[in-house]
Amino acid sequence: MNSIIFSAGARLLVALLLVFSLFMLLRGHNLPGGGFIGGLIGAVGFIVYSLACGPAEAKSALRISPEVLGMVGLGIALLAGLASLPFGDPLFTGQWYWVGGDSYETAAFSINSVLVFDIGVYLVVLGGILSLAFAFEEET
Amino acid sequence: MESLTALLIGVLVAASVYLMLARNFLRFLFGLILLSNAANLVIFASGRMTMGAPALVPYGADAPVGVVGNALPQALVLTAIVIGFGLLAFTLALAFEAYRRLRTLDTDDMDDAEPKEEPAK
Amino acid sequence: MSWLLVFPIAVPFVTAVLAYLVRMSFWGRWVSLAGSVVTLIAAIALTVAVLREGVVAAQMSNWDAPFGITLVADYLGVVMVLITAITGLATAIYALGEIEVRLEKLGYHALFQTLIAGVSGAFLTGDLFNLYVWFEVMLIASFGLLVLGGSRAQLDAGLKYVALNLVSTLVFLSGIGLLYGLTGTLNMADLAGAVAEVENQGLVTVIAMMFMFGFGVKAAIFPLFFWLPASYHTPSFAVSAVFAGLLTKVGVYALMRMFTLVFVGDVGFTHEILIWVSAATMLTGVLGAAAQTDFRKILSFHIISQIGYMTLGLALYTPLALMGGVFYLVHHIIVKANLFLVSGVANKLAGHTDLNRIGGLYKSSPVLAALFIVPAFSLAGFPPLSGFWAKYLIVKAAIEIDAWFIAFIALLVGLLTIFSMTKIWGMAFWKPHPDGIDPTPDRVPTRIRLPMMIPIVGLAAMTVVIGFFPEPFVVFAEIAALQLLDPEAYVTTVLGERP
Repeated sequence: MNSIIFSAGARLLVALLLVFSLFMLLRGHNLPGGGFIGGLIGAVGFIVYSLACGPAEAKSALRISPEVLGMVGLGIALLAGLASLPFGDPLFTGQWYWVGGDSYETAAFSINSVLVFDIGVYLVVLGGILSLAFAFEEET
Repeated sequence: MESLTALLIGVLVAASVYLMLARNFLRFLFGLILLSNAANLVIFASGRMTMGAPALVPYGADAPVGVVGNALPQALVLTAIVIGFGLLAFTLALAFEAYRRLRTLDTDDMDDAEPKEEPAK
Repeated sequence: MSWLLVFPIAVPFVTAVLAYLVRMSFWGRWVSLAGSVVTLIAAIALTVAVLREGVVAAQMSNWDAPFGITLVADYLGVVMVLITAITGLATAIYALGEIEVRLEKLGYHALFQTLIAGVSGAFLTGDLFNLYVWFEVMLIASFGLLVLGGSRAQLDAGLKYVALNLVSTLVFLSGIGLLYGLTGTLNMADLAGAVAEVENQGLVTVIAMMFMFGFGVKAAIFPLFFWLPASYHTPSFAVSAVFAGLLTKVGVYALMRMFTLVFVGDVGFTHEILIWVSAATMLTGVLGAAAQTDFRKILSFHIISQIGYMTLGLALYTPLALMGGVFYLVHHIIVKANLFLVSGVANKLAGHTDLNRIGGLYKSSPVLAALFIVPAFSLAGFPPLSGFWAKYLIVKAAIEIDAWFIAFIALLVGLLTIFSMTKIWGMAFWKPHPDGIDPTPDRVPTRIRLPMMIPIVGLAAMTVVIGFFPEPFVVFAEIAALQLLDPEAYVTTVLGERP
């Protein structure tokens, strides 16, 4: 696709989409959103980029191969699930550590395994969709 | 609303069976895609359709307030869509690769795994 | 406690991730092997727990049943997990010798471990939709393994395998949807009670038939088996061994679970159909095998005929028959995986799997010949090997309820199995090699031969042990069958004591 308008616009669009995908990932913590939808939006960003500049360019922008990205994400999600092992809870029970307080009302923010799981899902979806998309784009 | 959905499911299944009877693998695959959508609609419809708000629990409450939609079938459908999407995308990639290597998508001509027996001498 | 149920699933998953990240180096295969060993340890620990308590259940993330996802292991479930871990370890050792570096770099070990995780998950879950998810995990990994390497035959076989399995999955999924619509629950233990209270029992039977179709395709029962002989002879031997051992058995397990726990309202109709389907499965499988001359194709058709025995055990629906079915399931996984492993060694030594183009294996490698005889005769049901006791239990159960015709078919199929096994024996082992090659073991370097022979010896030893000391295994199968027929313990363990 050799359109100057598209490739110039794509740069702006890709940056916006990637930021928006991170926003969706973090928003999903308490509101609709989350790792899955965030990963989809992020993948759309890279697909737009690869349409504008070619899959090779998009791959080098991603730096890691999408398959590895997906597998790392799966590993992170699994670790988040297994994190409840030392605390004696069943698999995938959310583990929360409140900073500056001891509950949702008083704490400034929290460190928890749920967000880690969401980040894992984000990477799995991003990696999975992109590996498929790149495979199709290269073959045609 | 349910009966309309049921009709839609029926139409989808009929169309998908028609497509799946074709010899061309790509048409078969399109039939599968329609069938997967029909299956998702079955789950959605069997969770009963209600005119209600999203099943979100307001802050400070223990349960959703007022009439809310059934969230479970939606979660099931979402899972099924994602899995179906992955499998069908894989199948499409496989069909493409098979076409590249075998130069055909006519299932009658695909006999590399089970070569036709030569007539007995 | 609940973690015992998690490890047989989680360990292979973690192994898959690690094996994928190091797939470019030689570490991949060792990570996979170590993961298989740990999985086996986890499975043994779970077995010990089940032997002590009868049924073990755990609620994931502290969501009580029937709302959350339940993992549950009773005698049947745990023995399947254990045998999965054993088969996984055997094929992981075998892969050290057989799988080429090219396939390893494509991610063979990661896919293999994902497959094991999916199979274990399917055996352990107590939730219907979760069962569907595990089926898909298993399916996508098996798709990848089947076409890995990408030869023309593999692509062709892969398309047929993928297409038919997807149809079955979608029918299964629709069945889940309708069942949820009728009962409002997806927890299997909860369903056991809820289905009985449904007013429209006719619709329940319809859904039962949808499940029978969905699981039937996976289990390769008549007339839904066509994908199996079309695909199982194309991938590498380690892959086809684990497919032959485990994948169809997941379908049989799911049939056994659903048709003893949930769909027992109209046994006279559903199980009667299953009896005749089983008879047809046994006959078509064994007759199809008689027409083949390829080592792996003969074995593939025999999977189908053996599946018939297992579903027959379920269909007769007496304690003795179910006991025979469970015993058969375990015996068959060991024996069939072993036969496929033997065919891989035969292929390495003699250069082909087409029986017309190989021979002379007995003269050049008597050890392999002896190791073929053990599982082959066990498959056919020779005393005192494990297959004899399995067949004996099923046939006795059939005679006990005066099903003479079925008993006759079961015995006839055993006879025809001997015919196929002696055909392989005569053509691959006894007659001289048609090209005059002497297929001595020296043709394969020890580095490759040794890891391929170790699992074969181990599995053959298990067959002999079960054959000579069947007592503890029969007792185990009996308790498993009684638990299936009276799911009271299963239900109360999952749901907790109800007032």
